[in-house]
Amino acid sequence: MLERANDQASSPQAGNTELRPVAFRGAGFAPIAGRYAGFLSLVLAIGLWQLAGSAGIVNSLFLPTPIAVVRAIWQLALSGVLWQHLGYSIMRIGTGWILGTVTGIIIGFGIGLSSLARGVGITFISALFPIPKIALLPLLILWLGIGEEPKIATIALGVFFSTAISVYSGVDAVPRNLIRMAQSFNVPFHAIVRRVIWPGALPSILAGFRITASIALLLVVSAEMIGAEYGIGAFVLQAGNLMQTDQLLAGVVILSLFGLAVGRLINRLETQLLHWR
Amino acid sequence: MDLIADHISHRFGALEVLDDVSFTVGAGEVVAIVGPSGCGKSTLLSILGGLLQPSAGAAELRGAPPPESLNPLTFVFQDFALLPWCTVEENVEFPLQHGGLTPSERNRIVDDALQRTGLSDFRGTLPKQLSGGMRQRVGIARALAVRPAILLLDEPLSALDSQTRELLMEDFARLLADGAIGAVYVTHNLEEAVRLADRIVLLSRRPGRVREVVTIPLTRSERGDIHAREKLLALQNELWSLIRDEAIDAEREVQHA
Repeated sequence: MLERANDQASSPQAGNTELRPVAFRGAGFAPIAGRYAGFLSLVLAIGLWQLAGSAGIVNSLFLPTPIAVVRAIWQLALSGVLWQHLGYSIMRIGTGWILGTVTGIIIGFGIGLSSLARGVGITFISALFPIPKIALLPLLILWLGIGEEPKIATIALGVFFSTAISVYSGVDAVPRNLIRMAQSFNVPFHAIVRRVIWPGALPSILAGFRITASIALLLVVSAEMIGAEYGIGAFVLQAGNLMQTDQLLAGVVILSLFGLAVGRLINRLETQLLHWR
Repeated sequence: MDLIADHISHRFGALEVLDDVSFTVGAGEVVAIVGPSGCGKSTLLSILGGLLQPSAGAAELRGAPPPESLNPLTFVFQDFALLPWCTVEENVEFPLQHGGLTPSERNRIVDDALQRTGLSDFRGTLPKQLSGGMRQRVGIARALAVRPAILLLDEPLSALDSQTRELLMEDFARLLADGAIGAVYVTHNLEEAVRLADRIVLLSRRPGRVREVVTIPLTRSERGDIHAREKLLALQNELWSLIRDEAIDAEREVQHA
């Protein structure tokens, strides 16, 4: 038989002493991004910028107003110049990124799964990864000519190293107990790679995509500034040379919007592919 | 089918973990392996299950596995080892997808395993949405789906709270009651060992050697009543007195490492 105890706190004998609340000490260290704070601060910054330009506080030759920049984008879009430059940049980024990503994934998986590939691959990657890839563009122009190939190759190289590193790091991070579990059920090697290692490494691979998208954007602009007639990088450089700062900033804004769009795409991929996290 | 540990020794580099361990697990028999922390219990189980090559000796099978068995030696892991991106149903089906079964055969087996473990209503649930106890049920369902001859249980209840542990222990007792499936049950919990096992292999502290093999003097069906509980408790205390000093030494060794 269970004997039930009385709650001492509610008994009459406990009533003489004054009650005081326990002080709350658990506040802070949990930052939450406000829903509207970011948007409002951006609007405020643009508003101040516009005000400074309109009031003549800032010379519009050095810093055109946001309205002037938007007008420039609008005119570039209407004239078709924007699409021509953007088209070239997207083609270079797309081709270079896909080439670098595919080879990076293949080599990264090789390094993650094979001792021989790891021994050789990590040595080469460690040696070549720190080289700023844009420094190789002149050499690539010598090797591949002055067409699209050297620009695409520069982007592909930049993307390749980061992808390979994120892939083999992802493969290394797959919990070994899941691989042992699959082995204990005699699951074949290719099925372990496909069903266990690939999904397990995917968070790291997608995080790598975010980095390589930025690298590709950086390299396309740099490469286009060095040797291209068309492309957002070339457009920004030409506008700078002609002191058309509204057009220059229009190009910068387009690059920023492009980066944001790619970021959103990767967010969506993560939401769909990593819903299990 | 019998599983034999035949003079197994193992070392990780300079660290000697197991030394000349031998015993046999008969068909349908449940053998618990207990011993102080770090005595090589889990290493021994990995060797018995073919996941680790011993430095010396061998794990051997005697006799043919049951014809319907798809994976005669099947692990149930301490940390459940569920694929977090797969639903309960997909996790249970995972080991069946490479055994040449038709989809309808697989579905039937999965349905049966989910029903036996009370998971039929959770087939579309992801592991992250389940409690620890439910996750281990999925691990058990996955093991049952391949119709094992011998289950290799690596501290299957140690990651669970005491209430869930009690409930799952009852499940294990039911599962192993008819003797159709044998088991090697690695645990540091003596209560689990005396309640579930037919024999207990007591390992010494590292390097693990077989110190004693204790037979539980009650059949599994006799262990339910209150007098049996008393006997089991006495046996548990006896076992504890055997390993207590070594457990203290092992604990000190861990603290000074």
